[in-house]
Amino acid sequence: MNFFTELREGLSISFAAIRANKMRAALTTLGIVIGIVTVTLMGTAIEGLNRSFMQSVSTLGADVLYVSRQNWITRSHAEWLLMMKRRPISIDQYRALEKQSPFALAVAPTTEDGMSVKFKNRRSDSVDVIGTTEAYLLTSGVGLMEGRFLTAAEAEGGRPVCVIGSQVATNLFIREPALGSRITVGPRTFEVVGVLETQGSMLGMNSLDNRVIIPLRQFTTWIWNNPDLDIAVKVKNVVELEDAREELRHVMRRIRHVAPGEPDDFSINQQDQFVEMFHRVAGTIGAIGLFITGLSLFVGGIGIMNIMFVSVAERTREIGIRKAIGAKRRTILLQFLIEAASICLLGGLIGLAVAWPVTLVIQKFLPATMSFTIVGIALLVSLVTGVLSGFFPAWRAARMNPVDALRAE
Amino acid sequence: MTLIRLEKISRRYQMGTELVHALREVSVEIQRGEYVAIMGPSGSGKSTLMNLVGCLDSPTSGRYELNGTDVSQMDDNQLAEVRNREIGFVFQTFNLLPRSNALHNVELPLIYGGMGGVERRRTALEALAQVGLADRVHHRPNELSGGQRQRVAVARALVNNPSILLADEPTGNLDSKTGTEIMALFEDLSRKGNTIIVVTHEEEIARHARRILRIRDGLIASDELIGAAAAS
Repeated sequence: MNFFTELREGLSISFAAIRANKMRAALTTLGIVIGIVTVTLMGTAIEGLNRSFMQSVSTLGADVLYVSRQNWITRSHAEWLLMMKRRPISIDQYRALEKQSPFALAVAPTTEDGMSVKFKNRRSDSVDVIGTTEAYLLTSGVGLMEGRFLTAAEAEGGRPVCVIGSQVATNLFIREPALGSRITVGPRTFEVVGVLETQGSMLGMNSLDNRVIIPLRQFTTWIWNNPDLDIAVKVKNVVELEDAREELRHVMRRIRHVAPGEPDDFSINQQDQFVEMFHRVAGTIGAIGLFITGLSLFVGGIGIMNIMFVSVAERTREIGIRKAIGAKRRTILLQFLIEAASICLLGGLIGLAVAWPVTLVIQKFLPATMSFTIVGIALLVSLVTGVLSGFFPAWRAARMNPVDALRAE
Repeated sequence: MTLIRLEKISRRYQMGTELVHALREVSVEIQRGEYVAIMGPSGSGKSTLMNLVGCLDSPTSGRYELNGTDVSQMDDNQLAEVRNREIGFVFQTFNLLPRSNALHNVELPLIYGGMGGVERRRTALEALAQVGLADRVHHRPNELSGGQRQRVAVARALVNNPSILLADEPTGNLDSKTGTEIMALFEDLSRKGNTIIVVTHEEEIARHARRILRIRDGLIASDELIGAAAAS
């Protein structure tokens, strides 16, 4: 018998059966709808979280190594205490490093402090004030919305100038042009020479736009005299990142006079570490989340199986008639599988229709979109759920003895 | 030409702890074009015999040749194919699919036989016209009278041009007038050369046939030919 005829017949039978038991089909479908909604939303949220993280992390740059006193990620309190005992990285060490780094495209020292900045009677609080050099433009990869960045001469001292983040700009300047105005940072005023492009936030926590960049020399003169520096090293060739990292380590050991055999008293961080940690955590959260939401889908599947058993029992006589007329096992099996799959697929479609507006709400917090992948997976999952939970009842129907089936009331 | 050859057919069932001998080494032959009635009280084994002849069931032992082919050792799917090709069933309770209209009910054997859409529809309409229901093809079973339902069932049984029309108490659920109509239809089909086997416990119905097989306690008690005059 022709497979497509069989398929069409199966479809028309299952639609007739669903129509005949609308209430029952609706209630059964509800289980699948809830399952698909939760799974879809969980998938969307995880994808949104991933994307949000990757956006944040990409501002760090894949080809930049960060030398600091501490590891970005500490695994224990003891480790953290140990790192707090390390000597700070001084400006002299930075200068030495800059001279001995042929593998680096740019070396930017940074130090920062949170404080308020003022312009006339307006102020912006908890602003990240960063002292650095002109190399920061290269290591951070940040662009300028207007004006220019610090020059080498300015970084070395000279004029008190600053570059501000877009959030600071909107907070302080309403009608006045930002460029050329003088804002108060700590004990003195700085002339704004540039405004940075909007960058968003790091994992939704601290905004990267709420910052003021001033020359390192100005920072050490007016804010901290002996800051603990972080040094960002942008390598020339990202392919040789690992070699550069090793070389950087040797140079730093020499500069900081670490005796052979002693462990490093500094850390070299890179974007990868963040990504790796994040994937570990996000992977666990995702797996647990999908497992829990998957349970609701599983319960929905059991509902389908249950109702399919009822359906098969109710239609025993019909099965008998069909078999007497010449339906093979496969035909009966297919008929009930199609019915179960149709119910589930319907549930999947309704579930997606419900999940979609909810995704729009989630979008206010995370860059989440219901991707085609998720839609495809959701439909596939509901189809598979239908086939799996329909299989056992359908198998029972297919194996019925026609004589007994015909005798059923 | 021999259409059905049963050789020492036995059928045993396990009913709880008891072994029931529904048929005991029954041997019988039925020729193409015959009109046979199978009679017997309930529990005699006549239903078992009908199920075996209709390939709904397989014998415990013995050999069943249908149209020259041994069907006693066939599996489920092969039997389904044989039923589809060779046998048309008419049941006491009609056994139409309640949610499908007359046309679709009659089309069903053709669907399982793999016939394409246009030809299938034409064949099914012809079969319905043959039983006088050309104007009822889009009615569902619950919109038809008992006699009309049984006609749909006959049309469904005949649509595949089977070797045997197998009827199990075909008038059991009909009043005597429509029962007579159905028997007249059988009469007509028999004259056109169809092989008909009717299972019944009504002497009057059996009298329409040309041959009566009486079953008792799983054995053939008598096998008589009756005259054409007696059938009217």
